[in-house]
Amino acid sequence: MSTLLWLALPYIALTSFVVGHVWRYRHDQFGWTTRSSQMHESRLLRLGSPLFHFGLLAVIGGHVLGLLVPKSWTEFVGVGEGAYHLVSVTAGTLAGVATAAGVAILLYRRFTVPTVRQATTPGDKVMYALLAAAIVTGMVNTVGENLIGGGYDYRSSVSVWFRGLFTFSARPELMAGAPLSFQVHNVVVLVLLGIWPYTRLVHVFSAPLGYLVRPYVVYRSRDPRRPDANRYARAWGDQHQ
Amino acid sequence: MRVMAQLAMVMNLDKCIGCHTCSVTCKQAWTNRGGVEYAWFNNVETRPGQGYPRQYQDQDKWKGGWALNKRGKLTLRTGSRLRRMLNIFANPDLPSVADYYEPWTYDYQNLLSAPPSDTTPTARPKSSITGEDTKVTWGANWDDDLGGGPAQIGRDPVLGKLSEQVKLEFEQTFMFYLPRICEHCLNPSCAASCPSGAIYKRAEDGIVLVDQDKCRGWRQCVTGCPYKKIYFNHKTGKAEKCTFCYPRVEVGIPTVCSETCVGRLRYIGVLLYDADKVGEAASVRDEKDLYPAQLGVFLNPHDPRVVAEAERAGISAEWIEAAQNSPVYRLIVDYQLALPLHPEYRTMPMVWYVPPLSPVVDVLSQTGHDGEAVGNLFGAIDALRIPVEYLAELFTAGDVGPVRASLQRLAAMRAHMRKVNLGEEVDDSIAASVRLAPGEIESMYRLLAIAKYEDRYVIPDGASSDAHRLEALTTGCSLDGDGGPGMTAFDVMAEKFRLTDTNGAAPPDKAKRVNLLDWDGVSTKGLFPTTGNGSSTGNGSSGNGSTGNGSSGNQPAGNGSSGHRPAGAGAAPEPGAIA
Repeated sequence: MSTLLWLALPYIALTSFVVGHVWRYRHDQFGWTTRSSQMHESRLLRLGSPLFHFGLLAVIGGHVLGLLVPKSWTEFVGVGEGAYHLVSVTAGTLAGVATAAGVAILLYRRFTVPTVRQATTPGDKVMYALLAAAIVTGMVNTVGENLIGGGYDYRSSVSVWFRGLFTFSARPELMAGAPLSFQVHNVVVLVLLGIWPYTRLVHVFSAPLGYLVRPYVVYRSRDPRRPDANRYARAWGDQHQ
Repeated sequence: MRVMAQLAMVMNLDKCIGCHTCSVTCKQAWTNRGGVEYAWFNNVETRPGQGYPRQYQDQDKWKGGWALNKRGKLTLRTGSRLRRMLNIFANPDLPSVADYYEPWTYDYQNLLSAPPSDTTPTARPKSSITGEDTKVTWGANWDDDLGGGPAQIGRDPVLGKLSEQVKLEFEQTFMFYLPRICEHCLNPSCAASCPSGAIYKRAEDGIVLVDQDKCRGWRQCVTGCPYKKIYFNHKTGKAEKCTFCYPRVEVGIPTVCSETCVGRLRYIGVLLYDADKVGEAASVRDEKDLYPAQLGVFLNPHDPRVVAEAERAGISAEWIEAAQNSPVYRLIVDYQLALPLHPEYRTMPMVWYVPPLSPVVDVLSQTGHDGEAVGNLFGAIDALRIPVEYLAELFTAGDVGPVRASLQRLAAMRAHMRKVNLGEEVDDSIAASVRLAPGEIESMYRLLAIAKYEDRYVIPDGASSDAHRLEALTTGCSLDGDGGPGMTAFDVMAEKFRLTDTNGAAPPDKAKRVNLLDWDGVSTKGLFPTTGNGSSTGNGSSGNGSTGNGSSGNQPAGNGSSGHRPAGAGAAPEPGAIA
């Protein structure tokens, strides 16, 4: 069980994440969009969407810091466990509250505005369920465990396990020993990562940073026409032969 | 000097009867699909009126187009690039579907299937978006012919700029129609506001298109366009716009809206312009200088130096010749009859308008005057401040001079030609009073009043010869066509519209593309990459007679949405299945 959840699942999810994105980028440029519903409803979206997105950017930043930066590095630069805990819990709670409030507004909007509800695909529903679950369990970890509870030093277990995945030396027992809420959060996020490329979440990877530097007006040339001496033979051959 | 060519349009508003044929044929050709039910790439609005979408000209509200910042530098009205990036999660200036109108249809089925009852069954209006019952409260031309009265018409943002007295009188005074398509601007603010760089201007003909594969649905272009001529497809999540019917003009035939125009009021032709001067012209300080500044950007195609530069820039002899014969150049530069729509948006629009003289003539005739006597007309143009001031707000950022000059030339043409037609002695002083020679007036008359097909549309790639051949399809012998005996009308059409993949416009892997949005819950066609010899016929849809993938599906150029419609028509045909 432990191997399945903390060794097989992450590799399946991450493989799906990477391969899925490459596959979709190569074969489905047309489907690669935010599929915004702002045309249908703007007031709630203008409240919820920035809260959610900016909150989520902070949350992702926090995860990078917590998961990818080894404990020894932060200690090397003089940030002790106490200081780290204080910063991560404060910033994490703020970002988490913003994200959760944002997604709550957006979900409320999804359910109550008829045009928006109608624009929701089955894939969207699965994605929203997982996304909401990921945020809720994440909040349980940050607020429940680390703010109200005694605090769990995930950097000695979860983070080490996570980094191990990338060096092919993961130790599933580290994850198995983590509190249940961390385990649940982990599973939910892994499944979300697995289906990510097949949902509208792909728009994360088209963040248009190039816009800041490119010229205002883009010129493009029509594709050069191929000279085709025998147009009819080509065009109608299939049909008449 | 960097010479570029642009396909431009001029509409002669004097002849527009507001029949909406252009809108309807355009809709049938381009936006007769889900997600763009509310979109009209071509619409006709009554002026004065709110327009479509409602009050789109109020840029304080919608923030479209360009403006000069405090340092006099040209920036988008929505602010800096960074600011737009920060607003990317929720565009604060995006019109909602309700600002256009909620599209609807009627429950016609109920008329046939209702059970016997005492009352006549009705076809209830149903929202095209939700399918639920809806109340029809607004449409794309709701205030047509001043419908709704002063309560609605009074909300016209252009009217708001005029003085009180003028506003009070407008109703009794005049009304005219304004057909609108995308302006295919020289300095397009939609393209400038697109974060993904999906909107581009074609280097060869200046047509502004949305690359459906590159658009990521950030919606900034909808705000960026001051004419609100970019539409967000709420189903595909991509921006769409008027394509200047590029599959048609590429083969030398006019756009659908022009072709079907009952009043024959549209002109299409090539203009050469100096691309290096565009930025400077768009940045002139005084808004009233924008119209002359844009005139200064256009190049004289008869000037040998311009021709030499154009050749150096790789513009073909056929295009240069088309520029020399361009009806659009004559109307804009030679006669200075046509004026740009809202030059104050600083986008350098390329669909221009000949202002309508008929409201003035009508007022004269109604008050018992001779509406075609030059003295009366000149006097009326000056006395009737209302049309001139209103038109100036539309076409010259409020400068009445060019509008008056244009109307006077139209008036002079009427008076001069009446004398010619009645066999009276021609009074050369009429032509002289508008600084034209009598010969020029007569040639202007042929272009505006006779308006022959081949004079209105001078589109490179053999516009007139192709048109004649198309016309011959209905009356002539199909055996006369290219290819000889056995060639059917469909063959000619297929060649005309390049339904086949022989022009190489489609990307090589088109037939093998995958689109998850195509899934209709049943068929898995198009969901998986095809294998084997799938590429031999490319996207040739000639076999099933659908225009889907062939003409408009060539991805890089435009709204190729028909290539992506679910349910058959647009799905990539199985190449083997054709034979």
